[in-house]
Amino acid sequence: MSTISDATLPATPAAAPTLAKKPEQSPQTDHLQLVVVGHVDHGKSTLIGRLLFDTHSVPDGKAERIEAACKAEGMEFEYAFLMDALLEEQAQNITMDTTRVPFRTERRSFTIIDAPGHKEFLKNMITGAASADAAVLLVDAHEGLREQSRRHCFLLSLLGLRQIVVAVNKMDLVGYKPEVFEAIRAELGEFLAKLGVEPAHFVPISAKHGEGLLKHSEKMAWYRGPTLVEALEKFRATPPASGGPLRLSVQDVYRFDARRIIAGLVESGRVSVGDEIEFVPGGKRSRVKGIETWPAKTPPTLGPVGSGSEVAITLEDELFVERGQIGAPASDKPYEARTFTARVFWIHDTPLRSGELIPLKLGTQQAEARVLGIQRTLDAVTLETGTGTTGEVKVHEVAEIRLRVRKPIAFDVGGKVPALGRFVLMRGRRIGGGGVIDSVVDEPVAIGGRNPVSRSAILGHRGCIVWMTGLSGSGKSTLAQALEQRLLSSGVLSAILDGDVLRTGLSRNLGFTPDDRSENLRRATELAIHLADAGVVVIAALISPFRADRALAAERAKERGVPFAEIFINAPLAECERRDPKQLYKKARAGQIQQFTGIDSPYEAPISPDLEIRTDRSTVAESVERLADMALGLARPSEQTGSGSHI
Amino acid sequence: MTHLDELESQSIYLMREAYHGFQKPAMLWSMGKDSNVLLWLAKKAFCGHMPFPVVHIDTTYEFPEMLEFRAWAQKHYGFDLTVWINKEARARGIGYETTDPVTVTHELKTVALQQCLAANGYDALITGIRRDEDSTRAKERYFSPRNAEFEWDYKDQPPEFWNHFTTESGPGEHVRVQPLLDWTEIDIWRYLDREKVPLPGMYFSRNGERYRSLGCMPISKPVKSDAKTIDDIIEELKVTKVSERAGRAQDHHERNAMQKLRAKGFM
Repeated sequence: MSTISDATLPATPAAAPTLAKKPEQSPQTDHLQLVVVGHVDHGKSTLIGRLLFDTHSVPDGKAERIEAACKAEGMEFEYAFLMDALLEEQAQNITMDTTRVPFRTERRSFTIIDAPGHKEFLKNMITGAASADAAVLLVDAHEGLREQSRRHCFLLSLLGLRQIVVAVNKMDLVGYKPEVFEAIRAELGEFLAKLGVEPAHFVPISAKHGEGLLKHSEKMAWYRGPTLVEALEKFRATPPASGGPLRLSVQDVYRFDARRIIAGLVESGRVSVGDEIEFVPGGKRSRVKGIETWPAKTPPTLGPVGSGSEVAITLEDELFVERGQIGAPASDKPYEARTFTARVFWIHDTPLRSGELIPLKLGTQQAEARVLGIQRTLDAVTLETGTGTTGEVKVHEVAEIRLRVRKPIAFDVGGKVPALGRFVLMRGRRIGGGGVIDSVVDEPVAIGGRNPVSRSAILGHRGCIVWMTGLSGSGKSTLAQALEQRLLSSGVLSAILDGDVLRTGLSRNLGFTPDDRSENLRRATELAIHLADAGVVVIAALISPFRADRALAAERAKERGVPFAEIFINAPLAECERRDPKQLYKKARAGQIQQFTGIDSPYEAPISPDLEIRTDRSTVAESVERLADMALGLARPSEQTGSGSHI
Repeated sequence: MTHLDELESQSIYLMREAYHGFQKPAMLWSMGKDSNVLLWLAKKAFCGHMPFPVVHIDTTYEFPEMLEFRAWAQKHYGFDLTVWINKEARARGIGYETTDPVTVTHELKTVALQQCLAANGYDALITGIRRDEDSTRAKERYFSPRNAEFEWDYKDQPPEFWNHFTTESGPGEHVRVQPLLDWTEIDIWRYLDREKVPLPGMYFSRNGERYRSLGCMPISKPVKSDAKTIDDIIEELKVTKVSERAGRAQDHHERNAMQKLRAKGFM
């Protein structure tokens, strides 16, 4: 270590001779972050390389080195290599990861975020595009719109990017013909309109030959709009939302000395000394005592400190404030809730599954979230709605889902404060996907059970009894099994309770006399209630021929606060006898079984069942959907209304 | 809000996230201009405190003037400084006199850092790298994981957006936290100027030469320059087309040297 003393150095070593100077009228205040997206082969790296080259933004020597390398390989000069610096990229001609490169024109400075087009690298494109102010969507005039072009449009709209210019590239390959350009403009314009996106301009270019980038192309004199660079210069850097209500995301509380300093980000609005702030969730309030600065300022800063700024404040009262809370004016607070609907995009190989519990991060808040349901998946390419019954969102899919967090969190919806209306879901240490909150859902009223709230919070639904009654062979077992699978795949814990289960165990000591049958159903009822109470959707598939027994079951469930539905699985006796899956009718007709329902023992059909299914008239798939609607309606009462919104 | 205000806020946000997210973070400091901006921002983020140690990886080829600055700055700012030297490699005779610059950089910087990390158990390193310095750094994340072998998997980096990052690391692993990624060389100079951040004098012209980027003595070359003030430097940078690290020999020793160095754990 050097042992030089303070005296040998000036108090601020070489803090450059300070000259009085005019405040810099910096073009930097309007610095634009630009993302370039589009299909893998549509020429993004070439466009960026050409923009850097033509605006003289390439360091000396770099172009020459690439020229030499291209010559050595016997290739034409490749502008793309200016961007694709890594070995692998040069080998494969694919941009591997998001890259940021600054360039400037006479009017403004830009940072280009190069988002790769290769399908598996979508996460990098999102990483890049999420921080961009504007986007260039590149389309190959020769190839037209491709899957990836459409997918990228969709994600840009979901990420909230609205400043878009479409560059129709490789016009040289189509002889600079206006018809080709117009056809792409019409097709893409229509697609974007469905997404609510209106591009500022469509610009025909040839990146390779530098046509239409900085100067108007003589080869495309028919085009009267701005050049690509002119179009980009017109965009605005996204201003922080200074107009909205205060949202202070608390990052940490520091106690370096006797004071408690609350440090965080002003996501919107502004904060000044003396302002009253409420911390949500929680609802404790205090006034801002001071705004900390280093180096200390005299007189001290009083504010206002505006959105986009990091602040450190002290409060007049000793409140227990913690990371994740949001400081806001009491008169205009964010929502504080647990259940909401959202549009999500998924970028992890392991799908997002209905019913799973997954860490959610929103602002500086973190909470475990239960995926209550996946309403529907959306194909980002065709904008078609998927069936939504797979119970999962796969990599690169977009879906409308319903989430419930285990503790209330604070958030805004409807674009009021965009930063607090979006979240990420974590898959291990990585971000698995992102989402935008669409609406708050009222909390379902918890019913029954000893610990109804905590059980339904863990499971994401409550228990109930779906009681299927009907003749032997009417289809109860088939439907019960299909329904069980359907519910399990939606993340709903369910279990079948049928004659086989009862008669091989719990009711092993009972026969088939009317009394024994009633006792068997009494036991079934109690077991079903207990399971439902524990959160299970119980599918009781039992002939249960007597109205009195079924009425007793419904009454007992009601007493215990367990939702109960009576479902009549109906098929004519002749049809049941024809099916005769266990050959029981045959044995009964032959006198080998006594008191068989429908043969020598009556079946009392329900008078007003909650649902009747005619298995001789409808398919298993149709029937299961009706049963699932009924079961889910009981298990998740708040989801009955469904989501009618469109993206 | 000016562009510099935005950059400052973003850097402070990232540092506060790192301090909250990790058990034992440390900040790397080379006494260079970017490093000094990093120090300055940390003091701002933590209201004049420096809640984690500052680490200098000393190659033993440091400019004497930089070592003087190191001692001065530690006293001036008052932080916990850890200086680490790869003594084992020096004992083996690794040095610029005998060995190629890529190997020396790897041994005296990367391996030294590995040793320091293993000895102190840091789980996050706050560094001052910027995207505009080098095309491999351009691909970096704000929170960039390194495995136990120090390797950077640049082909499969974790996504990060909407201010959410990788703030966990496994045993032996660490995360590089890079709050200056979005700053350009000119931003750094404008900020140094605006905030009056103390700097080593070697960045300013003496006898028609100045250092634009400072590393080990034998491999850092000055550029011809008459820039005696920060204003002069900014004017110079507006017109130059020479890359910032052109004077750093280890980057150019062979094709893709920087990429190879970085994949193995160099900053």
